[in-house]
Amino acid sequence: MRILTALAVAGTATLANPRGAGAEPAGPAVQHFTLSNGLDVVVIPDNRSPVVTHMIWYRVGSADEDLGKSGLAHFLEHLMFKGTAKNPAGSFSRTLATLGGQENAFTSSDYTAYFQRVTRDHLERVMAFEADRMTGLVLTDTVVLPEREVVLEERRMRTDNDPGAQLAEAMQAALFVNHPYGHPVIGWEQEMRKLNREEALAFYRRFYAPNNAIVVIAGDIAPDDIRALAEKTYGAVPKNDAIKLRSRPLEPDARASRRVVLADQRVAQPSLSRYYLVPSYRTAKASEAEALDALAHVIGAGTLSRLYKALVIEKPIAVTASAWYGGTSFDATRFGISATPRPGVSLEELESAIDAVVAEVAANGITDQELARAKTRLVADTIYSWDDQFTLARVYGSALANGLSVETVQSWPDRIRAVTAQSVQEAARNFLDMRHAVTGYLIKQPAPPEKRS
Amino acid sequence: MTRYLALVTMTLALISTAPAFAGASRIERIVTPAGIEIWLVRDKNLPMMSLEFAFLGGAAQDPAAKPGVANLVAGLLDEGAGDLNAAAFHERLEERAISLTFGVNRDNLRGSIRTLSENRDQAFELLRLALTAPRFDGQELERIRAAVLAQLRRRSTNPSDIAADSWFARAFPGHPYGRPPQGTLESVPTIAVDDLRAYVRRMLARSNLRIAAVGDVDAAEIAILVDRTFGSLPPRNDPAPVADAEPRGLGTTETIEVKVPQTVITFGGIGLKRADPDFIPAFVLNHILGGGGFESRLFREVREKRGLAYSVYCYLAPFEHTGLFLGGVSTRNDRVAETLEIIVAEIKRMAAEGPTADELEKAKRFLIGSYPLRFDTSGKITANLLDIQIENLGIDYIDKRNTLIEAVTSEDIRRAGRRFLAEVKLLVMLVGEPQAKKPMGGG
Repeated sequence: MRILTALAVAGTATLANPRGAGAEPAGPAVQHFTLSNGLDVVVIPDNRSPVVTHMIWYRVGSADEDLGKSGLAHFLEHLMFKGTAKNPAGSFSRTLATLGGQENAFTSSDYTAYFQRVTRDHLERVMAFEADRMTGLVLTDTVVLPEREVVLEERRMRTDNDPGAQLAEAMQAALFVNHPYGHPVIGWEQEMRKLNREEALAFYRRFYAPNNAIVVIAGDIAPDDIRALAEKTYGAVPKNDAIKLRSRPLEPDARASRRVVLADQRVAQPSLSRYYLVPSYRTAKASEAEALDALAHVIGAGTLSRLYKALVIEKPIAVTASAWYGGTSFDATRFGISATPRPGVSLEELESAIDAVVAEVAANGITDQELARAKTRLVADTIYSWDDQFTLARVYGSALANGLSVETVQSWPDRIRAVTAQSVQEAARNFLDMRHAVTGYLIKQPAPPEKRS
Repeated sequence: MTRYLALVTMTLALISTAPAFAGASRIERIVTPAGIEIWLVRDKNLPMMSLEFAFLGGAAQDPAAKPGVANLVAGLLDEGAGDLNAAAFHERLEERAISLTFGVNRDNLRGSIRTLSENRDQAFELLRLALTAPRFDGQELERIRAAVLAQLRRRSTNPSDIAADSWFARAFPGHPYGRPPQGTLESVPTIAVDDLRAYVRRMLARSNLRIAAVGDVDAAEIAILVDRTFGSLPPRNDPAPVADAEPRGLGTTETIEVKVPQTVITFGGIGLKRADPDFIPAFVLNHILGGGGFESRLFREVREKRGLAYSVYCYLAPFEHTGLFLGGVSTRNDRVAETLEIIVAEIKRMAAEGPTADELEKAKRFLIGSYPLRFDTSGKITANLLDIQIENLGIDYIDKRNTLIEAVTSEDIRRAGRRFLAEVKLLVMLVGEPQAKKPMGGG
C-alpha cells in the first residue's frame, strides 16, 4: 500500500498569539493525500467539539449528463440512499440515525456530494458505509419509480411553483448556448419523466470511482488516524481507468446580447437580473478571478456598494440592488447583478441605471477606499469560516471538485490582498460586456379578459 | 438540489431541546456590575467573538392596528445612530468587517454581532449606538419601508408564505399571533417614526434582555463590554399584555386558489408549551412521527413508498403564549387528497398505537447521539444558549437534557400523544389548485 503525496499546508492549528505583533492568524492545518487507487483525501482539524463532518465529492454533475438525460446526476444522488448488497435498503440511514448522525447530499452542475455529521467515535462506520456504496449500489424499480415522482415534486416545488426560478432557468439556458451548464441541475420535466434504473446505474458505473472522488473530513480527528482509516475503508475500492479529466463542449465567442422575459400573473413584485459569462477560478488567467470577486463586492455587496448607492439611495429607483460572482466552477461561470424596482419604475429605467454604474466603473475604476473595504471583508470572511467545520469542508470539497488545489484555497486571502484597483477596472471592462450577457425581466402578466358566454 | 429540504422553522427555538457540547461546565454565568446576566463560552482558538441577544416581546408587541413595527425597528437599528448617519454607520462596520444583524419573530427581537478580536471595542460601540441612539432618519425609514413592502408583495403570491400567514391568521383571529410579524401591505405604509421610537422605548430594556456570547473574550472583558453597550437601557420594559391562546378553526380545511401545479399544505393544531412537563415525551413522539430526517413515518409513507412529495414534516412549535403542532407538505394538485389521507391516517395510527418499542429506542439514540452536532460553531452555541435562557430551562439544562430524553417511557409517550394527537383536529390550509377537496381536519 502506497500513499502517494502527503502535504501539510498552512501553519499552526491553533493561534497561540492571534493578536501578537504582526502575527497573521493562521487557518486550520489542512492535510491532503492521495490513496493508490486515486482517491483524494483532505483532512481539516477542528478540535473544539467532539464532532466530525465527513463528505465525499464525486467529480460529476449535471453538466456531465448526456444530451436528453437532464436530471440524471441529481436523480442518482437520490437513488444512492436505496441500499447496497452489503447494506440493503435503508440500513445506512437507519444505522446512522441510531448513532445520532445527520446526513444529506447535494448536486450541482459540476459535482455530487454526500455528507454525514457524527461524533468522532463513529467516523469509521460512516467511512465504511460510504466506501461500500461507491460501487455496491443495488436498484430495483420498486424504489426507483417512486423516487422519480419525488424528484418531479422537487422540481415543482423549486421551479414550477415559482416564476422567479423559471426566469433563472430560462436565463441559464440562454447564457450557455453550447455548454451543458445550460440545462437545469434538477432536469427538464419531459426528460426527468423518462429517467430509469438502467440509465442511473450506467451513469453510476461510469462516474463513481475512487479516482473520481474527494473525501473531506473536518473535525475532531488526528490526520494520521485518517490515513489509516481511509486505507482500510476506501483503499479497497478499485480504481476505474476509463475515467478521464472532464471535457465538455465549451461556449463559442458570444456576440449577441440576450433578453429573456418571463411574464406571469403571480408576479406581484417585478425584478431584473443579469448574468454575464465570465471565467471561473479554474479557467481565468492569473488574478482575473480574484479581481472579479473584488468587483462583485465593490459594485454589489451591501449598502455601500455602487449599485445600492446609485439605485437605492441616490435616485432612488430601486429597493434592492446587488452583485455576485460564482468563481467556483469547472468551466466558464456567471457574474450576476439583480435589482428590484420601486413601484412605478420600469425595468428599462432600472436597467439603464445599472448599465451606467457598470460603465462608470469600467471607465474610471474604483477608489482605494472601496478596494480596501472589499479586501477587509473578503479576508475576514475567510477567518469567520474557520469557525464552521461544515463550511470549511464545503469550501475545500467544492474547490477540489472544480479542479483547484488545497494550496489555491489557502493562498486565496493573500491573492485577494494583492488585487489592484486597476485589475478590478480591467475586469469590469473586459468581462461585464453585453455581448456575453443575458438580461432577465420578471414581470406581471395582466389577467386575461373574462370569457363571456 | 439536496436530498431533502432542511426544515426552516417558522418560529424560534423549537429545537433547543437539542443537545449539548462536551462539558456544559464550559458555560460561565456572569452577572455584570450593572446587573446584566450573560452566558459565556470562552474559546480562544480563533481570533473572533460572537454575541447574540434577545429582547423578549417581539412582533407580538406591535400595536394591534400596525403590525410590522418591530420588524421595521429591526430593519432600521443599523441604519444610522448617534452622530453617524446610515452611510457612516455602515462604513464603520465594513471597514472592520463587523457583522451586525437584527431580526424579529412573534416573541422576540433578536440581534447578533460578530467581530474579529482586534475590532471588539469598535464593534460594541456601534452596537451601543444602534440600541440606545437609533436615528430613524426619514429618508432611511422610507428606504427600508420600500424594501419591506417589496418583500411583502413577493410574499403575497408565494404559496408557502400564503399558507403560513393564513394559517396563523385563521388560528389566532384578534390575537397578536394572528398578525404577520413582517406587517401587511396595508399596515406598513402607516407606520411612523413615532411608532418606532415608542417601540424602542417600551421594549428595549434590561429586564427582558437575554445574552449569550462565545469566543476569544474572558468574563471580566465581556462584563465591561456588555455594561458599556446595554447598561444605559431602561431597567424595565413596558409590554402590553398578551393573552395565552389556543389555535382556533381546528377541524376545518380551507383552500386558497393560486394557479400553481403543486399545492402547498400547512397543517397544525394544539401542541405543548416548552415548560409543559410532557414537552420532552411529545418532542420524542413527534420525532418518530415526522420530525426526523429520513426515518420518520411521514417521510417513509408519503415520500419513500409513494413518491407523493419531496418534503413532509411536522414539529412542535412552542411559543410564549401558545403551544402548537405544525406540519407541511407540497404535492401535485391531483394528489392532494391522497396525501392528506395518508398523513391523517399516520397521525391517527400514532395516536392510537404509539410508536413501537424499537422506534422509541431508535429515536432516543438519535436525539441523544446527535446532541453535540448542535454545538460545533459559535453561531450555533450562542443561538442555543440564548434559546435555553428564553425558555427558562436553566444553565444546567445542557447537562440534563439527554437524561430527560433517556428517561422517556412508552407510558410518557402515550400520555403526551393524548395531549396533542388524539383528536386529530387540525386546521389545514391548501394553497394551489387542489383537484379533490376532501376535508382533513374533522374526525
